[in-house]
Amino acid sequence: MTTGNLDLDTFPKLLMHHSRERGERPAIREKSRGIWRTVTWRELAEEAAALAAAASERGMQRGAHVALLGDNRPRLYAAMCAAQWLGAIVVPLYQDAAADEIASSIDSAKVTLVFAENQEQVDKLLEILPRCPTVRCIVYDKDRGMRHYKQPELVSYASLLQHGRQLAAEKRDFLQAEAARGSGQDSAFVFYTSGTTGPAKGVVLTHASLIDRARVAASMGELKDTDVAMAYLPPGWIGQNLFGYVQPMVVGYCICCPESSDTMLADMREMGPTYFLATPRVLETLAKQVSLRMEEAGGFNQGLYRYCMAVARRVGARTLAGETVSIGDRLVSMASDLLMRGPLRDVLGMSKVRVAYTAGDAINPDLLMFFRALGINLKQLYGSTETGFFVAMQRDGAVKPDTVGSPIDGVELKMTPQREILVRSPGLFREYHGDSERTARAIDAEGWFHTGDAGYLGPDGQLRILDRMAHVGALKDGTPYAPRLLENKLKFLPYIREAVAFGDGRDMVCALIDIEMAATSRWADKQSISYMGHADLASRDEVYALIADCIAKVNAQLASEPALAQSQIQRFVILNNELSADDGVLTRTGKLRRDVIAERYRALVDAMYDGRTDVRFEAGGGEEAAPTDVKIRDAKVVASAQTRRAA
Amino acid sequence: MTISVQSSILQSAQRAFAFGSPILELDSISLRFGGVQALTNISFNVLEHEIRAIIGPNGAGKSSMLNVINGIYVPQEGSITFRGERLSEMAPTHAARLGIARTFQNIALFRGMSVLDNIMAGRNLHMHASFVEVALQLPRARREEAENRAAVEEIIEFLEIEHIRKTPVARLPYGLQKRVELGRALAAEPTILLLDEPMAGMNIEEKQDMCRFILDVNDHYGTTIVLIEHDMGVVMDISDRVVVLDYGKKIGDGTPDEVRSDQNVIDAYLGVPH
Repeated sequence: MTTGNLDLDTFPKLLMHHSRERGERPAIREKSRGIWRTVTWRELAEEAAALAAAASERGMQRGAHVALLGDNRPRLYAAMCAAQWLGAIVVPLYQDAAADEIASSIDSAKVTLVFAENQEQVDKLLEILPRCPTVRCIVYDKDRGMRHYKQPELVSYASLLQHGRQLAAEKRDFLQAEAARGSGQDSAFVFYTSGTTGPAKGVVLTHASLIDRARVAASMGELKDTDVAMAYLPPGWIGQNLFGYVQPMVVGYCICCPESSDTMLADMREMGPTYFLATPRVLETLAKQVSLRMEEAGGFNQGLYRYCMAVARRVGARTLAGETVSIGDRLVSMASDLLMRGPLRDVLGMSKVRVAYTAGDAINPDLLMFFRALGINLKQLYGSTETGFFVAMQRDGAVKPDTVGSPIDGVELKMTPQREILVRSPGLFREYHGDSERTARAIDAEGWFHTGDAGYLGPDGQLRILDRMAHVGALKDGTPYAPRLLENKLKFLPYIREAVAFGDGRDMVCALIDIEMAATSRWADKQSISYMGHADLASRDEVYALIADCIAKVNAQLASEPALAQSQIQRFVILNNELSADDGVLTRTGKLRRDVIAERYRALVDAMYDGRTDVRFEAGGGEEAAPTDVKIRDAKVVASAQTRRAA
Repeated sequence: MTISVQSSILQSAQRAFAFGSPILELDSISLRFGGVQALTNISFNVLEHEIRAIIGPNGAGKSSMLNVINGIYVPQEGSITFRGERLSEMAPTHAARLGIARTFQNIALFRGMSVLDNIMAGRNLHMHASFVEVALQLPRARREEAENRAAVEEIIEFLEIEHIRKTPVARLPYGLQKRVELGRALAAEPTILLLDEPMAGMNIEEKQDMCRFILDVNDHYGTTIVLIEHDMGVVMDISDRVVVLDYGKKIGDGTPDEVRSDQNVIDAYLGVPH
């Protein structure tokens, strides 16, 4: 297939290629009703062809936009390819998005056909249908509860597929021709990225740019068609799309769809993936589960865990730094792998993982090292939707925890004097959908994309990310200040789920804290503190004391680094409800939307800086608008090495 | 105290299964325990595919009524007719064979067994292989096991309890245990499902979930449902017709709206000035 690769420039062509080359190998596995069911490459290709045949009957044309609304399911992936088969452009949406968010994406992309997973999604679509006149057809997968729906737009996936299978034989030539008409330069996807600032933008990516990036990354990770990955992140996110659709199409490996998000861990353990993508948030949750369960373990087990992890961290740090490891440490390390780390990897379902990536947001180096210490080859990956996801990644043998690694083949990097990162790469997006003005602002005449991220390339050739350009600021005395670093340190602690730091243009740093309900309630149970729910627990003095301790620990860490000593958190507030994407304060991938938060919690923030100890606060926007009293407390600040010397 | 259930099924006039003829008829039922008159001359019927509620204050005789239908108590007077066939003495095993399944007010699951095994136990009547066949794993036993497991998995998916499939029941919170019990009753593929206070002791969220599942069962499988509940709000939201008992007597019968405006019912619930 030396010349063949040149022809395989679209996803439908790749699918047909796999159907020929490895037709009986698994393409997608799905756990359904307790059993893993396999879809082979041949079956997937046939299903996509049949769907394409039926969809063309319903008037789907080249350049039309097709939205997908649902969780990772084989049928969703078949639908994706069927649409692209006919030259349509796929718009994957977040399945948990509210009706309004969906409406704005559908409206902006002029979507004509939607694949929806179930009744829940269909309900949302029917609600917004009057506002989205372009939608002519809604295809639903699961028919539970659907028999009462008589809307003419609705058609079930099963009946569409059945119709398509009848048509596929007579339309064989048409389908072949349609697939051949596609070219790599065609648009393949429009991803709506929520963005931490402003409304969602539709990022248009071509077949060629995605396939190029996936090929390069696959060869770096030495991916084979025997690899297995879990498809569990939202399909609306480009990361899931690349790992669950683009890369399998390029390499021919198999993805596994868990039964539901609740069963993900158990399902992952059953499948034993070899290739794994996670967001920092997922890894945080996993790490917290481990540390919580260890706290409940017996004394011996706890001691063993602590000792093994300490050795593993030491050995890991020395190996990464290229220093020699003593024979004693090496022996202990091998023993701990047998006794503790191996079994723990198994519990996490990661015993077979060869390569794991974390992407989507900056990861706390401690968290990265935690997984590396467990013996999981977890590496950081830097990229965004606009840059085709793969810009820089850490390399085997050259992982520096505080960097995102070196640029990937084909990527050129340049920094502006303000330290904004500019990227030029074959993976760049084509345009923002229907917004040429914004496109022109983002990509300059020489083809450099302005990422909006601040960072710098170190002398070792590794890229370091500071924060979003918009968030990098300075305290009143001129000390540079990057909130994300502080927040990531806070979030690594088991009792803190989310933290928002304030400090730009202020004389000190203050923080809003969102407690991790699972961990904190367990702690409260142990302390025999009775409480009535999240809001009540969050307002307890005991919990304030607990969080104050946590912050004191972080402050101590910050104090040990001269550049950060001034950024110690001086005052904090515990929020009485969870920050959530449904309230618009987080993006769907879980990033903070600082502007919205600053606006919503303005009263709290002002009170912190006014030196008050409590404030009556009314959460705007939400339904539960009843004002509540919120306490404000001081955190222990550690004098930094420098100031101590000066004193 | 009322909770609203978003039921597109109730709002839309189209039902998946239209009401059929009376599937169960109770005629002049009287039940005494020694000198205590538990039920006095009660008659009502249950239509096929409907959700029929029995409500009443504490001690009104609701559970006794259910136990009579189920064959646990044998009434001294009156008759029960099931699908036109008159049943003089109905034993619980006989009721089960006829297609009557139930859940209990106090959860009656096998606490040490997993969710899967508990629901599998509900397939009892659908297993015909002998002890020896099962012990030796002969073809029929294995085929039956697979068929029954498939049926159980369908219920697990229906009730959205995949994540606790292998968890021992004793470790589950109360609301989920209730759902598992419903699952076990469904496993018998009943014609009539008797639910004894399915919402008792639940918080609002759990109640809403349970309401949705009850409506879904009725809509998806067409199961006729007879349920006892003292949370008026819940009952009025999901039932098609309601029987009201007080001190062992029937004081009201009709649609939720009719019952709600019935003076006798209001008196029984709110008390009358003496």
